Amino acid sequence: MTANGRSIKPFSAEKHLSRRSRDRLAEVTFFLLTILPMAILLAVVVALVVRSWPIIEANSMGDLLGGKIWKPQQGKFGFFPFIMGTFWVTALSLIVAVPPSLLTAIYLSEYSRPRTIAITKPLLDLLAGIPSVVYGVWGIVVIVPWVQRINPIAARYLGFIPLFKSNNPTGFSILSGGLVLALMIVPFIVAVTYEVLRAVPEGPRHASLAVGATRWQTIRHAVLPQCMPGIVAGVILGASRALGETMAVLMVVGNIPLVPNSIFDPAYPLPSLIANNYGEMMSIPLYDSALLGAALVLLVIVLAFNLLSTMILRHIVRRMPR
Amino acid sequence: MKRRHVEEGIMKLLMLFSYTLLIAGLGLVLLTVLVKGLPALNLAMVTQVPKGGYYLGKEGGILNAILGSLYLAAGGTLLALVFSLPISLYLQAYVRRSPWAGYVRLTLDVMWGIPSIVYGAFGFIVLLAMGMRASLLGGILVLALLELPIMTRAMDEVIRMMPTDLEKASFALGSTRLETALKVVTRQMLPGIITAILLAFGRGIGDAASVLFVAGYTDRIPTSLFRPVASLPLAVFFQLGTPFPEVQQRAYAAALLLTLIILATSLGARWLAGRLGKFTIR
Repeated sequence: MTANGRSIKPFSAEKHLSRRSRDRLAEVTFFLLTILPMAILLAVVVALVVRSWPIIEANSMGDLLGGKIWKPQQGKFGFFPFIMGTFWVTALSLIVAVPPSLLTAIYLSEYSRPRTIAITKPLLDLLAGIPSVVYGVWGIVVIVPWVQRINPIAARYLGFIPLFKSNNPTGFSILSGGLVLALMIVPFIVAVTYEVLRAVPEGPRHASLAVGATRWQTIRHAVLPQCMPGIVAGVILGASRALGETMAVLMVVGNIPLVPNSIFDPAYPLPSLIANNYGEMMSIPLYDSALLGAALVLLVIVLAFNLLSTMILRHIVRRMPR
Repeated sequence: MKRRHVEEGIMKLLMLFSYTLLIAGLGLVLLTVLVKGLPALNLAMVTQVPKGGYYLGKEGGILNAILGSLYLAAGGTLLALVFSLPISLYLQAYVRRSPWAGYVRLTLDVMWGIPSIVYGAFGFIVLLAMGMRASLLGGILVLALLELPIMTRAMDEVIRMMPTDLEKASFALGSTRLETALKVVTRQMLPGIITAILLAFGRGIGDAASVLFVAGYTDRIPTSLFRPVASLPLAVFFQLGTPFPEVQQRAYAAALLLTLIILATSLGARWLAGRLGKFTIR
């Protein structure tokens, strides 16, 4: 066993086996770990259902979701104003954010020079990571006073449209919440749409340009039709972000539990409801159950949105050339 | 000029306009925080805890919130890392494109989208069920929940870029999948893995809604895992809610500090990834 004085270890079957069994052991352990995310997801849903069961049992589903009166002291828990608040703020933010985001994504993907992208993409990543309270601070400092100022002007000239008519003097309103949210979801929508546009193969583009189409014609007729599902998925993803966003909206939206009628009215979205009342919810019967019920409603809406957009995006990415 | 050329011009103008608008809007956010926060920022803010009457405008700082946030985010990130690195290695090295990997990824994507306030509510239920009070430990657990999908999916996307040649070379030398995963894949993909970790850290430190329920708030620096802990986002939120302009000023300063931490994390990730990139095989 010795060559020039050094001992050479013989190939050990035992050692080899132990390496293989370690590999197997790791495989089993890692596999068990991958169950964890599903277990967590299930636990979140089950815990919320169990804890909000008392309120679901005490009221009918229709009374809860359609009830317009929120008076916990009197045992009246109507989620309708909050669901509408969530809907209005989210819808407004999408209306404001989607068109410029799409145009920006198209610009970045089809027109801009590589250097512009090299600068813009890290910037967007950074902005997507800015905490929501910071956006909230911006909302309070810039957006709320601005909305307060334009509210009377809008009421005078556009007051004949119910959507713009309001006598809320504060500026804390759906419009403020929608604008802040819009800016928050822009980085997401731009990033997803950009990726989807890049996934379209170059072939159709070149073909279209070669027969003399302008760039915009190429985009409209050769690129966009192919990526419509992806763009829709990106927008849904942005919407689900907006739905669940708590702090920034909470800071600027006014938080009054009434069904809003105008974009200048205050609203009270579901996440704000939960965040604002966690402290006092133990003192009133059924209150904690109602708030966790609100969390459940929010979770169900967001899960539906997420599943839908993830499925669509998955489908597209699978078609993508690697 | 034909109609289509006019159309082209109009669309291009619109695109440039939206691009400028968005960048300006997002830049305005950073500018506002800087302009509002910078005058209020001083040494006392970052070196002292709130003294008596701090929330009425008296002396003190927000060291409690700064340290609290760092503890929370560091703890949450470490805990998330313990689970997410094995999961992402497993997805790549062991199952790759099997249906199971697809289900795991789908679950993680769905988890990524769950609002942080829902994680907060869930954490609150769990704490109550375990008979615990709001504490650093509770905050760390909930942040780990929040960060797990972000970190795992980010790592998964990175590890997917692993050159197959390198992996095959490792197998050809007789290494097992585990050895390849730990000694080759992790080493080669280290820059991306670090980026994923810091991305999750940034999300964790900036999140307020999840820790609102479970971490509490205190003027002291936490000395134990079972004590409540302050955090920067909540410091911004609470101070902005007071009617005193001096205190609101401090909220702006706290927001600036938070933004600077995020910025430093993001730049740090880039720098580290660049440094570690030297040790990878191209």
